[in-house]
Amino acid sequence: MNQQFKVGDTVRVRRAYPPGHVRAPYFSRGKTGIVDEIAGAYRNPEELAYGRYDGEALPLYRVLFRQADLWPDYDGSAADTTIVDVYENWLEPAEGGQG
Amino acid sequence: MTGPDTHPHDHGHNHDHHDDHDHARTFQPDIEDSPFSHYQVMAEALGEVLIEKGVITADELRRQLEWLDSRSPEAGARLIARAWTEPDFKEKLLEDVNAAAESMGMDAGDIPIRAIENTPDVHNVIVCTLCSCYPRGLIGLPPDWYKSREYRSRTVREPRKVLAEFGTVIPEDVEVRVHDSTADLRYLVLPMRPEGTEGMDADALAELVTRDCMVGVSLPKSPGD
Repeated sequence: MNQQFKVGDTVRVRRAYPPGHVRAPYFSRGKTGIVDEIAGAYRNPEELAYGRYDGEALPLYRVLFRQADLWPDYDGSAADTTIVDVYENWLEPAEGGQG
Repeated sequence: MTGPDTHPHDHGHNHDHHDDHDHARTFQPDIEDSPFSHYQVMAEALGEVLIEKGVITADELRRQLEWLDSRSPEAGARLIARAWTEPDFKEKLLEDVNAAAESMGMDAGDIPIRAIENTPDVHNVIVCTLCSCYPRGLIGLPPDWYKSREYRSRTVREPRKVLAEFGTVIPEDVEVRVHDSTADLRYLVLPMRPEGTEGMDADALAELVTRDCMVGVSLPKSPGD
């Protein structure tokens, strides 16, 4: 499997809002996190939803976000986190800082 | 309301059924009495097309539904309890839940399931914000609340409040980690073994492992609960 990112990389979920069957949760778009794990490669569900089966399997990442980065007014502990499973087509490289 | 034991009819006599208000009051709608939603119609139509085209048979569809309905949290509880008592098995479970389940004669299904371990520093909770992904093969069908918009939206937004509503208050110095299971994997929380269970064997421990603690909204029962 050829994946673009490795564990520990800082990545950003693309800030994109295409129509149709989309598997990147809305709240994660444009948010920056860290690759926690590479969870294999799977057929792109956004294609599968329309009965298109070709194309290579897409790497799936477990991306760790700080809750404070997802929700600026988050009022739980500063250590709280959310891990979202995001396919590679939704990720782009980002700078080390949080945003 | 009159209960069945105090049913007022004397079925021996010739009473007027038009005046049978007691039956009217106990009327319960059949499932077909309310209109199907758009998505129910679509699901029915998809099933019919797959059968008509010979992709699956009606019996295969029925069998799969029967399999899903037969799953229960008991299977997951047995895995957790064994992981608590056997370090080797715990390692195996953390590595590959489906294989660990199979080694105990259980069928966890084809979708890969991960075990996520609670520690003194991290409490994990599972949600699927985009739909209702759930490790059905090991803990059965998801409860209605797991599929509700409230749970799906609030668990990522304010997990500590949601957990508190389930009676689970996580100390501030413990990280709450939400897992949004929206893709090809399913998650099962491996809770910490409760205190005071040192002498208990895996069968007794399995009784303490509830569905909700494997979703992460709760903690295992204590012995004697």
